[in-house]
Amino acid sequence: MDANALVLSTSPHIKSTESVPKIMISVIITLVPAIAFSVYQYGPHVLYMYLVSIATCIASEYVVVRLRKRPVSVADYSSIVTALLLVMVLPPKFPLFGVVLGAVVAIVIGKQIFGGIGYNIFNPALIGRAFLAATYPVFISSYNAPKMLVDAVTEATPLAMMKFDGVLTPLSGLFFGTVSGSIGESSVLLLIVGSIYLFIRKYIKWRIPASIIVTVVVLGEIFHLINPAKYPGPVFHVLAGGLMIGALYMATDMVTSPITRKGCVIFGIGIGTLVMVIRLFGGLPEGVMYSILLMNAFVPLINRGTRPRIFGTGAANE
Amino acid sequence: MRLFSFRGGVHPPYRKELAMDRPVQAADIPETLVVPLVQHIGAPCAPTVEVGESVREGQLIGEAKAFVTAPVHSPVSGTVKKIDRTLHPLGFKVPSVAIKQDGEGQKAYLQPLGDDIASLDGKTMLERVKEAGIVGMGGATFPAHVKFAPPKGKIIDTLIINGCECEPYLTADYRVMLEYTEDLILGARMIGKILGVERIIIVVEKNKPEAIEKLKVTQNDGGFTTAVTETKYPEGAEKVLIHALLGREVPSGGLPMDVHVVVSNVGTALAVCEAVRNGKPLIERVVTVTGDGVKNPGNFLVKIGTPVEWLVEQAGGTIGEIGKLIMGGPMMGLAQASFEVSVIKGTSGILLMQKESVLVEEYHPCIKCSFCVQACPVHLLPSRLSIIAEAENWQLAGEYGVNDCIECGCCTYVCPAKRPIVQLIKTAKIKLRKIKAREHE
Repeated sequence: MDANALVLSTSPHIKSTESVPKIMISVIITLVPAIAFSVYQYGPHVLYMYLVSIATCIASEYVVVRLRKRPVSVADYSSIVTALLLVMVLPPKFPLFGVVLGAVVAIVIGKQIFGGIGYNIFNPALIGRAFLAATYPVFISSYNAPKMLVDAVTEATPLAMMKFDGVLTPLSGLFFGTVSGSIGESSVLLLIVGSIYLFIRKYIKWRIPASIIVTVVVLGEIFHLINPAKYPGPVFHVLAGGLMIGALYMATDMVTSPITRKGCVIFGIGIGTLVMVIRLFGGLPEGVMYSILLMNAFVPLINRGTRPRIFGTGAANE
Repeated sequence: MRLFSFRGGVHPPYRKELAMDRPVQAADIPETLVVPLVQHIGAPCAPTVEVGESVREGQLIGEAKAFVTAPVHSPVSGTVKKIDRTLHPLGFKVPSVAIKQDGEGQKAYLQPLGDDIASLDGKTMLERVKEAGIVGMGGATFPAHVKFAPPKGKIIDTLIINGCECEPYLTADYRVMLEYTEDLILGARMIGKILGVERIIIVVEKNKPEAIEKLKVTQNDGGFTTAVTETKYPEGAEKVLIHALLGREVPSGGLPMDVHVVVSNVGTALAVCEAVRNGKPLIERVVTVTGDGVKNPGNFLVKIGTPVEWLVEQAGGTIGEIGKLIMGGPMMGLAQASFEVSVIKGTSGILLMQKESVLVEEYHPCIKCSFCVQACPVHLLPSRLSIIAEAENWQLAGEYGVNDCIECGCCTYVCPAKRPIVQLIKTAKIKLRKIKAREHE
């Protein structure tokens, strides 16, 4: 019995098998069905977009971390998650150079400037997309019809058609992904299937998507009842555009969402409300991205305002 | 049947199967025992014997004048060899009495008081608990006679006998419940009489069905109930347990008696029974020796003062290279620097981990996954506290309730970034205490 070999450390002496890389890899795997479907729908260009995005994200992460003289964090796979999500919210015909630009912005400005993983305030992938949407000239015109859209009359997205032409897309098309839209947002079905695993592992703070969807349904129903001719029903709003990918994969980004139970609910209600305000009254057809980014900014405040009552303090003991 | 539970907590691998079916076996007594004079929370004892003096089993060898203290007795008959400072399981050196045993088994127990609860007087029994040096045997080692004598104005209506044993690996309490059922119930009734309570609840986690059955069959009497809780760590933590059973919250900074409850471990109840009925001071206890580094894991009746090294040999010795020696369980136990430390009154288990099982991990920035927030049984924001402590913002740590942390380790157990949250919290507590002390001056 050699006492010199004894490790001295504080309890607990056992730990769960959860780890940051494990969480990130799980997210990547659950995205695979939706990614594969998007490549099938839109062809090889989309595949190149994914590959370019991954390569750029990993490279920018590596370079910045080296410049900051910090331990290399590429191994936690979080930059790959950012890379995939960025492409999933871009239009299918988007040029590869634009992808490179978006990926660099996502990693450098969206994440590393704040101090790297864990410290960023905004969802990095959405920072990348917001940058491209604001600066890249061909962004809006880069949508094209997916393969399975037989009746390829229009390349406009369902939300744009609703907003600008008053045309409603059938709900089944939204659900199965046979409509125009950003690369990964079109198949709600595959996003849900993928995310089930994340719910089971508790990698998704379930209160966030739940409260986003409930808010959108409630507000959608109210306006639909007021004027059914002008406002589509709640199911349309849930299935259309980036709501599902936003609710399941963007708003639930651990780093940029609240840590308290109540905070998650407030965060979700905030996003859902903003989405509906932008969609119904704003100048843009879609507002998921801006809603999430805006609510990201409130997370520190939400966390502070929703601190749980510590056991043995407050009301219960007065 | 109603299962009591709480919000939060974790489900670590319990690994109770290693030792749970091993009946309690009396460990051989080593030639020399080293008995620390500090085995409790409170004033340290001064030796009452001198080097060269012969002592008998149960004879007083250390005591203090203070109220919050517990006397120490000789676990064997023999000769005092040395009075010296030796390594204590808490990591610092304390005065200890080394006794070389003579194998003659000469006893000097206290006067037996009998086992007739009806005729026994609470005050006499309380005095006995004090004389016998009984402390909380779940690990906290708070002197039992202090706990059983709440200050005037504190009314106690419920005694909870804690047999949850929610720490993984440990099975000592389980074996006590199975093998010393009558004695521990008698001890519980004695404590009940000392406190003057009508209601005694003995509580066990669901994963010990045999113990639950045995307790139910044995007690069958009014005023005494067996409650069963869900199997979840840290169900047996005092504050968590009281809330689960009675819906009462021990106030921040308070004690169970503030909500009219006293909680005692099953081992303590057994010790009370033996002290009152047989006049036997607390000189031995049941200890689980377990882990993947032990050849024959099991439960042993061990004399206080037995060196861990000797005890491990009783369990067949070690397997492989030992990377960690823990006194207590894996969630809250203390890592030891040496195999020479002695078993003390609060030693519920000796856990040996092979080198390969010892986690030495780098830690990463918090990714705000909130696993720790979900797991914290006292509803703190552990991730936030860890960040605050890293920034050395001790005052803010106080505002975030750092002193309400029960150090159960759930947060650190679930953390995917492997952050040493409990360690940071412990540091913050110490720093905060120093700041408070300075303010007082």
